[in-house]
Amino acid sequence: MPVATYAGREVDVDVEGFFTDPGQWTRDMAPEIARDAGVGDLGPGHWKVVDFMRAQYSEKGTGPTVRVLGKTSGVSVKELYELFPTGPAKTAARIAGIPKPRGCI
Amino acid sequence: MTNRVVVLGGGTGGTLVANRLRRRLRREDAEIVVVDADDRHLYQPGLLFVPFGLARTEDLVRSRRAQLHAGVDFVEGAIESVDLGEREVRIARSEPIRYDVLVVASGAVLQPEETDGLTGPGWGEHVLTFYEPRGAAALAAALDRFAGGRVVVDVVDMPIKCPVAPLEFAFLADWYFRRRAMRDAVELVLVTPLDGAFTKPVCDRELSGLLRAKGVEVVSEFSTGAVDGRGRRIVSYDGREVPFDLAVVVPLHGGAPYVARSPGLGDELGFVDVDEHTLQSPRYPEVFAIGDAAGIPTSKAGSVAHFAGEVLVENVLAVLRGNAPIARFDGHTNCFIESGFKKALLIDFNYETEPLPGHFPGPVGLPLLHESRLNHLGKRAFEWVYWNALLPGRDLPGVGSRMPVRGKARVPAGSRVGV
Repeated sequence: MPVATYAGREVDVDVEGFFTDPGQWTRDMAPEIARDAGVGDLGPGHWKVVDFMRAQYSEKGTGPTVRVLGKTSGVSVKELYELFPTGPAKTAARIAGIPKPRGCI
Repeated sequence: MTNRVVVLGGGTGGTLVANRLRRRLRREDAEIVVVDADDRHLYQPGLLFVPFGLARTEDLVRSRRAQLHAGVDFVEGAIESVDLGEREVRIARSEPIRYDVLVVASGAVLQPEETDGLTGPGWGEHVLTFYEPRGAAALAAALDRFAGGRVVVDVVDMPIKCPVAPLEFAFLADWYFRRRAMRDAVELVLVTPLDGAFTKPVCDRELSGLLRAKGVEVVSEFSTGAVDGRGRRIVSYDGREVPFDLAVVVPLHGGAPYVARSPGLGDELGFVDVDEHTLQSPRYPEVFAIGDAAGIPTSKAGSVAHFAGEVLVENVLAVLRGNAPIARFDGHTNCFIESGFKKALLIDFNYETEPLPGHFPGPVGLPLLHESRLNHLGKRAFEWVYWNALLPGRDLPGVGSRMPVRGKARVPAGSRVGV
């Protein structure tokens, strides 16, 4: 299993860089993951989404899709794409240290 | 005392569940009531063929009531809400109906108005959907007068009913324009929010190859933000644009509106939160959901409702007897994929197993994940099976609830599909 190092600690990730054990994540890792994911510096808007992703994951066992994020996080889909241009649900999940959202088939 | 099972929705799942339950429950033990807003049961798989002149919408509709066992009551009325505490269904201009067991089977609804511009200029003219009868008929007329240019099939976002239908539309459009000897004048483009033609790797490779062979361009990971009918372009949230002359759009889907008006019943999109194996609500043990209405990680497809039906019936009977539900749904899904020129593919999969090559339902059977005439005949014959065997809730010979493993080739992820 691939390993990444954030905030000086080794964590387990999958081939796309998503945490496989959200328990290994700490808040001080988020800025480094964000740089890896091409997001740049994390502002309050980013944190609002990241915190929401973690809360949803602990409640439901999977991160929300971008459509559900737009309906429930208080941040519109348009704003979500401004914060995380390459795919809000996936990028925010990665920064939040949770597995890739399952989505629907 | 007589129990009452109330089934909300007289479509595929609701009808087959009500009919199966009626045969398993004596009349003195339980009443079975189906509620729906109208008496028009639409054979939804037929809509795909309407734009190409291969089916007519009026032939796809029959009475809902006529598909139900004589011992099932049918109430025609718009559902306002469900009171989970009082165990009561509220219906417009009608007495509320109390239930002992509730089965939510009201499917998914289209929400074109949720996408910027989609229902604006051009909607119904050069921006159309084949996911409902009026749109499908209007699209037939639009294709008929189409003189050439870019036809863009756009999936706004998942989940959608029948995730292979947009691909089938592209395959059939290729066939249609070839038959009219104008294929060279038409560009076909499939725009999808997914990272490929289909989410499952082995199947994605086969279908992507077929799209390439038919000259269909695929634009992937495209999250549709707006449809500009006047400027004839689709715009993504990340600023990409796809121009079109004719847009065939699959709008956003959500659950039936009353689900959102019933506190505790649905999730953010209006689908009902139930266990993916038992189909029972985690909070209300007397509440179940089936088919497109259920918020479970399957495709929204009639075959899922069919295969889940047997499991749901066992579990409803268990709850009526005061037992815990033990029957488990494996996520079994089975789809014919029409590929044009009187050929089709067949895929068969479940929660654990992705669509694999081989044969269905056993080593001697229909070819899986491979174009054949036999599958095309299977797809067209299915309409008869639907009305005459599936809805009445009869077991189809050789086709059980659980996904068959016999006849499937094991293909390690990443290897080429052999046929």
